[in-house]
This record gives sequence, C-alpha cells and structure tokens, in this order.
Amino acid sequence: MAPAPANTIVAYVRAAHEPALPPPLLSRGVIAWVRANLFSSFLSSAMTLALAALGLWALPPLLLWATTHAVWSAPDGALCRAHQDGACWAFIAQKLDYLRYGSYPIAERWRVDAAEIVGAALIVWLLWPGAPRRGLGAALFFLGFPVLAFVLLHGAESVGLADVDTLLWGGVFVSLATALVGIVFSLPLGVLLALGRRSELPIVRAMSVVFIEFVRGVPFITVLYMANNMLPLFLPPGWVPDRFIPPLVGTALFAAAYMAEEVRGGLQSLDKGQTEGAMALGLGYWRMMGLVVLPQALTRVIPGVVNNFIGLFKDTTLVAIVGMVDFLAAMDNAFKDTVWSGPTILPTGYVFAGLFYFVFCYAMSRYSAAMERRLAVGRRG
Amino acid sequence: MAAKEPSRSSLANDPRVRGLLYQGLLAAALAALLAMGWRNAVVNMQARGIPMGFGFWDETAGFDINQSLIPYSALSTYGRAFWVGLVNTAVVGAISIALATPLGFAVGVARLSPNWILSKVALVYVELMRNTPLLLQLAFWYNAVLKTLPGPSRSLSFGGFALLNNRGLYLPRPLFGAGAGFVVAALALAIVGGLGFAAWARRRQALTGERAPVALVSLVAVAGLPTLAYFAAGEPIGLSFAKLSGFNLAGGLQIYPEFAALTFGLVTYTAGFIAEIVRAGVLAVPHGQSEAASALGLHRSATMKLVVIPQAMRLIIPPLTSQYLNIVKNSSLAVFIGYPDLVLIFAGTVLNQTHAAVQVMAITMAVYLAISLAVSFALNLFNARNALKER
Repeated sequence: MAPAPANTIVAYVRAAHEPALPPPLLSRGVIAWVRANLFSSFLSSAMTLALAALGLWALPPLLLWATTHAVWSAPDGALCRAHQDGACWAFIAQKLDYLRYGSYPIAERWRVDAAEIVGAALIVWLLWPGAPRRGLGAALFFLGFPVLAFVLLHGAESVGLADVDTLLWGGVFVSLATALVGIVFSLPLGVLLALGRRSELPIVRAMSVVFIEFVRGVPFITVLYMANNMLPLFLPPGWVPDRFIPPLVGTALFAAAYMAEEVRGGLQSLDKGQTEGAMALGLGYWRMMGLVVLPQALTRVIPGVVNNFIGLFKDTTLVAIVGMVDFLAAMDNAFKDTVWSGPTILPTGYVFAGLFYFVFCYAMSRYSAAMERRLAVGRRG
Repeated sequence: MAAKEPSRSSLANDPRVRGLLYQGLLAAALAALLAMGWRNAVVNMQARGIPMGFGFWDETAGFDINQSLIPYSALSTYGRAFWVGLVNTAVVGAISIALATPLGFAVGVARLSPNWILSKVALVYVELMRNTPLLLQLAFWYNAVLKTLPGPSRSLSFGGFALLNNRGLYLPRPLFGAGAGFVVAALALAIVGGLGFAAWARRRQALTGERAPVALVSLVAVAGLPTLAYFAAGEPIGLSFAKLSGFNLAGGLQIYPEFAALTFGLVTYTAGFIAEIVRAGVLAVPHGQSEAASALGLHRSATMKLVVIPQAMRLIIPPLTSQYLNIVKNSSLAVFIGYPDLVLIFAGTVLNQTHAAVQVMAITMAVYLAISLAVSFALNLFNARNALKER
C-alpha cells in the first residue's frame, strides 16, 4: 500500500532476451525417440524386448548361413554336404546358365541376352516419368519389341537366325517372356473390355461383363488347363499350335480380365464433363476415347496397372503346370541333379528364387507407390 | 415424336442404327466363331475317340485318393471323386479363411502400432509375402521344410501336445464318449444365448444408451456352460495322443504334409494381403473421427472399438471378401504339391483318364464360378445394407 517513490523507474518489461534453454533431454533426440517409439508403455516395452531378443536369436545364424558359413564355389555337391550349416551358393553359380536359358543352344544364347537388354532399355524409357518421347517408347515396347523378341528368341530363317524349338526354352527368360506376352496383350484387350463394359450397346456390354466375370471367377490354373486341353479341340483338325501358344493365350486372356477392371476404375473416376465436353466439340466415339478420356483414365490407373503386373509376374510361375519350364520349374529341374544332392540345396535354391522374384516385384511396387504419390500431387492442384 | 426429330442426311449417321449394326455384326461374328469352334470340337473329339456326354460320371474311377473326408475307394465312380475333390477344396478354403483372417488383422494392427520395431517387423512380413509367388512359398514349405523333417521316430514335439514329422502334423484327436452330446448341446446353447444377449444389449443401448458387457458375458457362457456340462456328464470327451508304434505313429489326428503345407502357405500369404487391407481401412477413417472421440472423453481402446473400427469395416469388408475368394481360387495350387483338391482330382486325374476335357473343365470352372458369384451376390447385399445413409 505504500506509494512507490516517484523518481524510481520500475520496469517490468525485459529489455534483453534471455538465452534459450536447450530443449529438455527427454522430449528431443535419440532418447525421446526411443521412449516414444519403443518404450511408450509397458506393453510396448515388453514387445520391444521380446522382438529384440527374437531378432538376436534368429538373425545372426541366418546371416551366417547366407554369408560366412556358405559354400561359394565348389565343383560338385560334396563340399556343400560337408557344410550343412551354410547355404550352397556354388550350386546356384553352377546352375546359373541353366536357370537363365534352360536348354537354349549355347551358341544362340546371345539372342536371349539381346532381347533382355532391349526390353530392359525400353521398360526404363517407358517407366521413367522424365524421359523424352515416352509415346514413341510405348509404341516400340507394345508393337515393335514383341516382334523383335519373337524373331530373336524363336528365330527366323529369313534374317539368318536359326529356329530354336520352344522345347529347348527354359529359365528366367521364359518367365519374362510370359509376363511380356501377358502385359502386351492384356493392356489393349483390357482397355477394349473396359470400354465394352461401359458401352451403351447392350450386346457389347453383356459380352464384356460375361467374359470379365467368368475369367475373374475361376483360378488361373483352370484357365491354363482349359487353354491346354480345350483350345486344340476347337481349332480346325490338323492345326497343331506350338506348345507355348495355348498357355500364352490363356495368360493374356486371364490378365486382360483383371486389367479391364482396373481400367474401368479409371474410367469411372473421370468427371462426366470430360465426355460431355468432347461430345460438344463434335468428336466421335473413338476420337473422344482416344484423345480425351483414355489418356486421363490410363494415367490415373498406372499404380493399379503396375500392381496387376506384379500379380501377373508372380502368376507366371503357374505355367509350369502345362509343361513350360519357367524360372521356378528350371530351379526344380536343377534340384534333380544328383551331383548336387544335399540337404542345403533346396533351401538355397528357394531363397535365391525368392530373392529374384522379390527384387522384381518389390521394385514394381515401389514404382507404383511413387507414381501414386506423384499423381496425387498433380491432382490436388 | 418422330416428326420432331431433325431429319438426318443419311440413315448411316444415325447412332441408333449404327449401334444396332455394330452389335449385329459383333453378335454374328461371335456366333460364327462359336459355331466353327463347336464343329471343330465335334470332329476332333470323334476323331480322337473322346466321349461327348457325361456318361463317364457313373463309371468306376479306379484310382485311390489318400485324403478323403467322405467314403471313397478305387471302386467309386468319377462322380464320387468329384465330390471328394470339392469337399477337400472346401475344407482347405474354410480352414485357411478362418486362420488367415485373425493373422491378417493382427499383422495389419501391428503395422499401425506406435511401436517402431513391431511395425517394421510387420512391414517386412507383408512385403515378403506379397512380393514372392505363392507357388514358391508353397514349394518351400512343402519341399524344403516339411519333407526334410525327421521321420516318425524322431518327431519334433510341441510340449507333447502335437508332433511334427515328415509324415505330417499329429494333433490330439478328441474321443467322444457317451454323453458328449450334452457338451455339444451346451456349447450350442451358449452360442445362441450369447447372440441373444448381444441383440438385447444392442437394443437396450439404442434405447437407453447404457452398454452391457457383451464380450464378458459371451465368453463366460461359451467357456463355462460346456465345462459344466462336461463335468456333469462325467467327462465324456477324451483326447487320443499320437504314439510311436513300430515305425509309425498311431492314434491322434494326422494332418497330411500336403494339407499342412497348403494351408500354412495360403494362410501366411493371404494374411499379408489382409494386413494391408486392414491398415488401409483404418487409415482411411478421417482423423477428425478419432479426435472427436477423444474430445468426447473416450479412451484409446474405446475410440478404436466404437468409432474407428466400425467405420473401417465398411471399407475392409469388400476387399476382404475378394481375398477370401482368392484363397479358394489359390487353393487350386494344391495340384503342385499333391493335395487332392478339385483341380488335382477332377481336372487332373479324371480328365486324363476319361479325356472328356470339355465336360470336365466346364464342371470345374462352373464350381469356382458358382462360388465366386454366390459370394459377390452376398457381398452386394451386405454393401446395400451397410452403405452410408446419406441425407
């Protein structure tokens, strides 16, 4: 209550900044991260400790199995049989050529390599969003490359490449070729089926719906069986297709039905104003679809289409049931070599095959996810 | 009406006329193709001596099937073999669905866990399962794991409860004595009672807002009633454990390695896909929903149970159903590891013996198609009932 002396200035506002304190140790940095993400509660802590213990118990032996304890080179299976606590990579090294080419004649194997290199280059061109003239790349991949691959792999006397019977085909390139046939044929067929399903013409719509629902309702194996056992019956007597043709036709038709549903999703997501605008400009059906609707719809479904390809690539393993020697079937054949028999051969082979498929499929799924983010950014604006 | 329409320069530019024309051409082309194929098929089948009808259905099959849930012998008919295959497919499908669902949900929830290490472990699991072929996984489990296990005399034992060796998995077989019916009846009563209680609790909550402990009451009823009946009826159900006799195991419930590998492979593979569906479904529920729930004072588990999961289920169930259909369709990979399912028995052995490719494939595909269409139909009904009621 005592009045303040009149001539003293009491300032309650701080004139200089107080130096900032360091953040509390427990809310930033490694310790905080560990607390928040590993030991946030009793249950979480218990889970962390249990999983860490499990990892310490299981991972080192697994790594040792794959690296230090593994047999990296050996002329036959004797060394692998002696080292049963490690993988037998020597088996893979020995069989690598068979796994890649099957029984393709050794002198002609450069043709397989050439087809694979051209295909890989075209795929990079097609998938890399910043690449120039991707339309040309797509045209080459979908129109030119299949012909080139067929000529290279199968051979054509007119260009001086000896015929190689499909009986000799096997290994990785058969898997890739099957996937290629599936991709190249299923995309246009799928687009046609999707357009058919959304058509205003009742017969066209009914045919598309019946085909799509039928194929999607049955297992791939039965489609392959049907192609193999029934297709030859429906051909004119005397026509004997190459043994690869029925399963490849089955693969393409099967993939097309799934592709159609993916494309239909893209068509449905498109605003109605797009078709109305195109119609108002006086475009006919095919020009409207080709110039306005499909470019937008297909861009939107790229992630889904790539995911479909992952499924297709995994499904190519099933063609072994009708006698095509794909990569997995080649691996099974390699297992039968008695020179290399031993308890570590099978796990090694399956782990290697698993890595092979995983690298391809995981790369595709990462690509699909990246495209999805990219498209989402583009559409937000 | 016709007078009001603007006159057209040519009939060929009328979209309706053109539509009819195109469709007519398409239908004619398809009909011609089918007719040609059919004629070729008749000629080819006659030339190769392939039966045209379904007479083979009642002929003696002459081959054995090692795993059958319905009576079957080599003297049975092809028709009987079909039913054996269908039942085997259904069993594998049903058991795989029943096991893959909880595993998939658990992995999906683990993916969303705030615990970093748990969510990364779940991520690795999901990526491994989804990015390698199912056939490879089945071959691995069957050839590299189950086939290389020790023989019956050195079986791996899981606490004496289950035995695992290269002839399969041996579980205890329940033995039903006199009075076991009481226990089963008590279990049925408990389930019906639990469902009734849940319905009553739902109605009461809608009317008064009060909630009843449905889970607790159902659990006590389902566990308690059969236990009471079990002791009241003088312990009528026993367990028979597998024991080594000679070179093989006797007693117990033997699960063949083919069945075990197929089920295990299907379950672990599909669980990876279900996990992603669950994760996507939960993440798709807007964040405002859980924020509103915590603003109302609901704690985390109640928020999940009452707000997030009911909304996520609407998004989860359609793709989940298609995963169930995938399980049924993928069970046809049984043919690679020798489990006698519909495709192996019917589209495999029966087709090869009778050569009736068209009939056999038509029947096989019709079965899968019927399952798919029935499930799609049920799903559409479900979706119609559970669609968002928008104003």
